Amino acid sequence: MAHFTKATSVHDWLNQRLAIDSVRKVLATEYWIPKNINFLWAMGMILAVTFGLLLISGIFLLMYYKPDTKLAFDSVNYTIMSQVGYGWLWRHIHAVAASVVFLIIYIHMFTGIYYGSYKKGREMIWISGMLLFVTFSGEAFSGYMLPWGQMSYWAGMVITDIFSLGALHLDGLVEWIRGNFVPGDAFLNRFFMLHVVLLPLAVMALIVLHFATLRIPHVNNQDGEEIDFKEESQKYLSGNTKNSKVIRFQFDFLSKDIVVLGFFLIFFFYLVFYHFEFAMDPVNFDPADGLKTPTHIYPEWYFLWTYEILRPFPKNPGLLAFGFAQVIFIFLPFLDRSPNVAPANKRGAFKIWFWLLLLTMVTLTIFGKLPPEGVFTTYGTITASFFILLWLSLPIITKFEKPIGGK
Amino acid sequence: MAIKKERRDFLGMALGGFTALGGIAALGAAKRTWDPLPSVMAAGYSTIDLSAAKPNVLNVEKWRGKPIFILKKSPDMKKDPREVIVGDNRYLICIGLCTHLGCIPSYFPKEHKFKCACHGGQFDASGRVLKSPPPIPLVIPPFKIEGEKVVIGEAGEEYKKLKADGLTV
Amino acid sequence: MKELKILAIVVFFTLLTYWGVEPFAHSKMHKHVEFKNFAYSDLPALTKTGDPAKGQELVMGAGACVGCHSIKAAGVPSPMDPNMAASSYGVTPPDLSQVGALLDDRFLAEMIKNPTKAMMLKHKFDGTTRVFPMPAFMGAGGDIDQEVADMVAYFKSIAKPDELTPKVAYEDSCARCHANRYGNITQIGEVPKTKTNIVTNKDVDLLKFKIKVANYQADLVHYLGKLPPDLSIMIRARSENFMKTFVEDPESQLPGTAMPRVGLSKEGYDKVISYLEETGDPSKKDRESLGPWVLGFFAIFTILALLWKKSIWKDLH
Repeated sequence: MAHFTKATSVHDWLNQRLAIDSVRKVLATEYWIPKNINFLWAMGMILAVTFGLLLISGIFLLMYYKPDTKLAFDSVNYTIMSQVGYGWLWRHIHAVAASVVFLIIYIHMFTGIYYGSYKKGREMIWISGMLLFVTFSGEAFSGYMLPWGQMSYWAGMVITDIFSLGALHLDGLVEWIRGNFVPGDAFLNRFFMLHVVLLPLAVMALIVLHFATLRIPHVNNQDGEEIDFKEESQKYLSGNTKNSKVIRFQFDFLSKDIVVLGFFLIFFFYLVFYHFEFAMDPVNFDPADGLKTPTHIYPEWYFLWTYEILRPFPKNPGLLAFGFAQVIFIFLPFLDRSPNVAPANKRGAFKIWFWLLLLTMVTLTIFGKLPPEGVFTTYGTITASFFILLWLSLPIITKFEKPIGGK
Repeated sequence: MAIKKERRDFLGMALGGFTALGGIAALGAAKRTWDPLPSVMAAGYSTIDLSAAKPNVLNVEKWRGKPIFILKKSPDMKKDPREVIVGDNRYLICIGLCTHLGCIPSYFPKEHKFKCACHGGQFDASGRVLKSPPPIPLVIPPFKIEGEKVVIGEAGEEYKKLKADGLTV
Repeated sequence: MKELKILAIVVFFTLLTYWGVEPFAHSKMHKHVEFKNFAYSDLPALTKTGDPAKGQELVMGAGACVGCHSIKAAGVPSPMDPNMAASSYGVTPPDLSQVGALLDDRFLAEMIKNPTKAMMLKHKFDGTTRVFPMPAFMGAGGDIDQEVADMVAYFKSIAKPDELTPKVAYEDSCARCHANRYGNITQIGEVPKTKTNIVTNKDVDLLKFKIKVANYQADLVHYLGKLPPDLSIMIRARSENFMKTFVEDPESQLPGTAMPRVGLSKEGYDKVISYLEETGDPSKKDRESLGPWVLGFFAIFTILALLWKKSIWKDLH
């Protein structure tokens, strides 16, 4: 057993038992971040705060929500929206945050791709991040079921149908997932469970993992420069803060994060109060009706690009393409064959690849919402095929990339 | 250097304090969310017709989910300032929950007594404690007399007087 | 500055995506229906000036309006209860007290003279295989246009626009077919306040009311082919343009719909919509009053954060 002395203060008492000073050093005051970063490096903090907003608003919604096909719709649209004090506020925060969190995730992802923050020891950061993305997608989808409106029902129908896996005809699996032949009470209850217990636990565990993966390779910087963190932190601690290439997490990095967070929250609450319709689709204000498909059905905007990869092809190839799109991002660190860790604009062909990928994703997103008719289908098919080609070409174009700095 | 550091601390504290203010406001909103719903509060009235009541027979009504005891007194039952006079008749009107821990006492017409099965408390026909543990008499809810009817949940003159006289909490 | 350039790129792609999935996609999804400002220009304009006194005689005459319609404002009660009305006609004939305030004049005149044309129901009621429950007014012996103008003048004389609350406007215009459960309104009126019997633990009066509603709805379904949707939060489920063009001309949005043209005037429509806002979007007022405070809070928060960051980074640059 360790040796304990009579504590001189509460701080000392805790310190002897929990080593709070060391923990604070490791996690905050001597957790070193490169100085050469821009506001895009604050997206992680914004995501954490948005997750917090989702969690808190979700707790309040949970107190009045009823996971029952007969009661769910009115518990949300009547009880929460018009009876519960500030119920509307929690719902707006929850709905808008669920949508905005994906915008920030995409910015966060593309920042990583642009600066090559998934390479040379940072692979696990990328992989854990992509696992978070997938889990968050499940969280968003299961949450979308809960108001039990027309979009909830039909999205539930269509997405669970995917698990029949086309020509494999695994209809039994689909029924097993639903607990019924169609989405019904069992379905709503199990998705409620997924949304409020299992997936949030998984998300929280993955967030911890994601933070942990940063610890050893450290955060990347704007130039992809390899920093000697030991030397630079010595410089900082000896008082030469101006010339050191690193800063403390607390409060050097944090203060910058919080500024970006402030701007984000202004934007966020503007949406909550004045522009929430984009996150609350009108169709979902019609109660679920299993005998009437809405004229237009489409997923929330953040799933549109994968939806558009599924949609324009015949069923089986469509499912294959969809499956490809779901998993391909996770392999990015291994598909990029170049040793360079540098911003895309210094990497020749990869620069073009990056912007094409971004444009393709935006195009797919837009086409994903348009009615599947005429030219929209044609262009959709072309763009979806192009998306696949882009990924297939990545190993080739990066293989021929010139090493930077003659290394 | 020292001056600079002070300014920094001040700004950090100002930001922290301001954020805490926002947090308190958010707690206020959270408190409101926990309040009973308007539909619960609106259900706070119940009108009871006394004309059909029979002497020494306990009538039970419901108000805010709680049982309300209404007992029309027979002439042989002793008078008490707690009783409510409607026309020529005397009534006991009270919430039918034992003031000890909230069980519902049963009425024994022959003895003119309420007995609580949970912990043995007893009340007389005017709701006064005959046997502890109940600390206070059966509680009289706010009521208002309207002819032969009584509205539970609204404080009328008679109720205000009972309350002012300290005959109920 | 580099950060501003990056921000511009982020904002550009965010807005591009937003534009694509919201305004652009919705413009492609919904056909555009021109709003005609409740002009009802397919119906003839009133050319004669009506005399309310003469109109009253016609409206109150034997076998005329009051044979089926109530006019509560003139002390004429309903000749039958909603259930009997529904089993006879399919739906309760509306009370006529406020039609002068709710409906457009042209529509009202045409409704008297040629109801299936006014309501755009010719395709459903051809007059031989299916007959519309309301007969056309054939004239009382004089100039029919003058008589119709007199009746319209009478309805306008008894209507009281000041007393027309949004709720009454809704009840008179929509509620005989559309329930509004968030407003506690059924097709046969407001759900009464009833009490659970303490001994049986059943609310018998409420059950009886529900049976009446169910019977009424069954007749309504028989009459219309389906139960019209509950309108509690229709205001959130349909766009503003859909609502007004649909009310003005239902076929323009949903060809073959059971919904007739109801002939609301601009003022009548606004009242109905304000009731639908009350039940469908009750937080609007709270949102508008709280919004500036929250945004103001975060504006100050951001300024303080900026100052704090500057003071810390002074030593780092």
